[in-house]
Amino acid sequence: MISVQSEDFDVATEYAALRDNGAGTGAIATFTGLVRDSGDLQGVTGLYLEHYPRMTEQVIQGLLDEASKRWDVRKVRVIHRVGRLALCDQIVFVGVCSAHRGDAFAACEFIMDALKTSAPFWKKEITSDGEHWVEQKESDLARSGDWK
Amino acid sequence: MSDNTITVRFFARLREELKTDQLAVDARPGLTAGDVLAELASQGGPWSQLQGDQPVMIAINQAMAKPGSEIKAGDELAFFPPVTGG
Repeated sequence: MISVQSEDFDVATEYAALRDNGAGTGAIATFTGLVRDSGDLQGVTGLYLEHYPRMTEQVIQGLLDEASKRWDVRKVRVIHRVGRLALCDQIVFVGVCSAHRGDAFAACEFIMDALKTSAPFWKKEITSDGEHWVEQKESDLARSGDWK
Repeated sequence: MSDNTITVRFFARLREELKTDQLAVDARPGLTAGDVLAELASQGGPWSQLQGDQPVMIAINQAMAKPGSEIKAGDELAFFPPVTGG
């Protein structure tokens, strides 16, 4: 299931929902991304996240379909927040249920890496000196490319 | 909006710098996303950046597309900077 929302999420609730998936699930890998105080700029006090409604969900669904073809994925959950976020706020959650840890780790990392370079979200960093749209990173492109 | 138009949307830095989130252009046979990009860029000023040094991503009907992709009446074309979510 995919959610793009301004509201915060509760990892314990999401984990419990992933765990409620029958005895075939032997591993759950989760990732949570947070707002940190340095990105392109130092002294970041918050973020603004914009997205392209509908395309966002379609792109992420494509990534989940791809992950399910490549690994044993029994259940998957993606949440991405939009709007204004403060330091230390949660931005994104990816959780994957699988029979074994290798598939859970790999699918979770793939979804996160591919999301960063293909899902239409844009971050703007907010500092005391002004605002700055974050530039796409070569390192993110390289990580995403490594899965091809 | 008449039936012969294409909706063009802008996001993030482009939306802010162009001071436009959406506009309409007339469709015509053989029109490509790159044609629209070039015509908008030819207005000059901030619009020039659509064909500037910074990459501009293209989507048609919420799917990634290329400058050579054809667009038709009723389509939604979008231009935006490289994505930075996660």
